Amino acid sequence: MKALRLVAIGWVFQLKMLSRSAFDGLLGILWPLFFATTAFFMFRTSHDPRALLYAALGSSVMGIWSSTSVAASSALQRERWYGTLEAIVGTPAHFSLVLIPITLAMSTVGIYSMAATLLWGRFLFGIGVHIVHPLLFAVAVPATVLAIGLLGFLLSVTVVRYRTAWALGNALEYPVWLVCGFLVPLSLFPGWVRPISWALAPTWGVRAIRQAALGGAPQIPVAACIGLAALYGIAGALLVDTVLRSARKSATLSLT
Amino acid sequence: MAAIEAEKLRRTYKQTSGFVRRRTKTIEAVRGIDFAVDEGELFGLLGPNGAGKTTTIKMLVTLLIPTSGAARVLGHDVVHDARTVRRSIGYVFGGDRGAYERLSGLDNLRYFCELYGVPPKVQKRRIPELLELVGLMGREKERVEGYSRGMKQRLHIARGLLHDPPVVVMDEPTIGLDPVGARELRHTIAELARAGKTVLLTTHYMYEADALCDRIAVIAEGEIVAEGTPSALKSVVADRTVVEIEAYGLPDAALERVRASPGVTSVSVEEREHVQLLLVQAPKGLELTQQLLACLGDVRVGRVAAREPTLEDAYVSLVTGS
Repeated sequence: MKALRLVAIGWVFQLKMLSRSAFDGLLGILWPLFFATTAFFMFRTSHDPRALLYAALGSSVMGIWSSTSVAASSALQRERWYGTLEAIVGTPAHFSLVLIPITLAMSTVGIYSMAATLLWGRFLFGIGVHIVHPLLFAVAVPATVLAIGLLGFLLSVTVVRYRTAWALGNALEYPVWLVCGFLVPLSLFPGWVRPISWALAPTWGVRAIRQAALGGAPQIPVAACIGLAALYGIAGALLVDTVLRSARKSATLSLT
Repeated sequence: MAAIEAEKLRRTYKQTSGFVRRRTKTIEAVRGIDFAVDEGELFGLLGPNGAGKTTTIKMLVTLLIPTSGAARVLGHDVVHDARTVRRSIGYVFGGDRGAYERLSGLDNLRYFCELYGVPPKVQKRRIPELLELVGLMGREKERVEGYSRGMKQRLHIARGLLHDPPVVVMDEPTIGLDPVGARELRHTIAELARAGKTVLLTTHYMYEADALCDRIAVIAEGEIVAEGTPSALKSVVADRTVVEIEAYGLPDAALERVRASPGVTSVSVEEREHVQLLLVQAPKGLELTQQLLACLGDVRVGRVAAREPTLEDAYVSLVTGS
C-alpha cells in the first residue's frame, strides 16, 4: 500500500514538474503532430482508409515511445544536474519506486500524443476512427503505456550508474520505431529482426491497439504486452540494487 | 553506544586520463580514520578543501561504499544495513543544489516525506512545524527556483529533519549564507543538539565550530590530525603568540623570507579586498615584530598587532603541521 502511494505521489509530482516548462510543453504538443502528419502523407497514397488508421495508430504509439525513451533517460540526468539523485538515493525508499513514477509520468504524457494524433487525423485528413473492440482497445492503450513506461524504467536504471547513458534513450528512439512495426509491417524485415521485435513490448502494444481498432484477436498481444511489462519491472527492480551498489562503489552518483 | 563510529575508514577514488593509453591513478581521499560521536553530542569535522570531510560524510550517509574499514550509525553498518541507517539519519546538503527547483518548497517536503515513509497524518503536523523552525512559513508555496541561497539551505535542513532522525549530518550548512542567516542557522543547530539529536557538522568557520561543537576532529589530507574539545585544541597553540600584519601587495619572495625567519613556527595569509593579512605564529614571549617588518622590506604595511591564539590559529597550525 505504501509502495503504491509512493508511486502515485511520485507520478503526480513528476507530471507537475513536466507541466512547469512552457517550452517543453509546446514541444510536447507539436512533436506528435509532426509524426502524425508525416505518416498520413506517406500512407495517403494508398487511398485505403484502413491503411490511414493503421498509420494513425502506429504514429500515436511512436509518440508514447519517444516521450518515454528520450525523456525518461534525460529525467534521470536532470536529477544529477539538480543534485537530487544523491538526495533520493539517501532515502530508505526502494529506488525502483522512485524511478518508476518518472517513466510512468513520461508515458502518461504520451497518451496525449495518441489523442492528438487521432484528432489531427480526424479533422485534417478525414480519417474516421471506428474501433471494432472498444473494450479491448481501452485495455490495450493503458497496457501499452505501462509496458513502454517499464521499458523506460529498465533503460533509466543504467543512467543511475553511467552518467552518459541518457544518450541510450536517444539512440534507441528511431530503431524501436522500425523494429516494433509502428509504421512498417514487421514482415518486411529480415527474419533475424523478429526475435528482437518480440522481446520489445511496444511491438505487442501497437499490435494489440491495431487489432482492437481494426479487427482481429488483440487478447494475445495484450497478454504479451502485459507479460513483458512485468518482466521489465522485475528485471529493473532486481538490477537497480546492483547498479546502485556499483554507483556507490565507483562514486558516480554526484557526477553530472 | 556511540551514535556514529568510524573504524579505519578509508576511501580511494580512481581517476583515468589519456585517450589511447588509459592511465589510472588512485587518489586516497580518506586514509583510515577513526572517530566516535556519542549520542546527543554535537561533533565538528574541520578541514580545508579536499581534506576528505565530504567523502567521510558520504560514507556515513551510505552514498559511498568505503574502500576498507567500517562505519556504523546507531550500531548499524553503513554498507550491510544501509536502509536502516538511512531511516535513522538526516543528511543536510550544503549549497543550493539538491532540491526540485520546479516544485514548491512544500511539494519538495511532501515528496521527501513519502520517500522517508512518514505517515500522512504525521506529515500534516510535521511539515508546518519544520517550516516554522527554519523560517520558511509563508513562502512554502513558492517554487524553489525563486528561493534565495539561504532559503534553499533552510529547505535542506527541513528536509533532513522530516522523519525526525536521531542523527543529523550537516555538510557545511552555513556556507554562502549572509551573516544574519548564518547566525539564525547556528541557533537552529544548537536547538537540535539541545533537543537530544546527535549532530555531525562540517564547517570551515572556526568561530562556528568553537561556538557550537562539543568536540572537534581536524582532518587534513584524509587523516585526523587532532581531536578534542575546542579548548583542548586551542591549547595546542597556547604557548604561542600571533603577530598580524596588514600588507599591501605582498610578493612571494617576502613571504618566503618571513617563513625562513628564525623563531617563526607558522605563517598563513588571508586575502582581503585590497590587503593581505599575514598571520605569523611564534613562541610566546619572543619579540618578532621588528624582525618580521625587516623581512617585508619595501612592502607597504598597515596595522601591526600581536594577540593571543584562537581556535583558527590552532587549526592552521594543525593542518599545516607546524
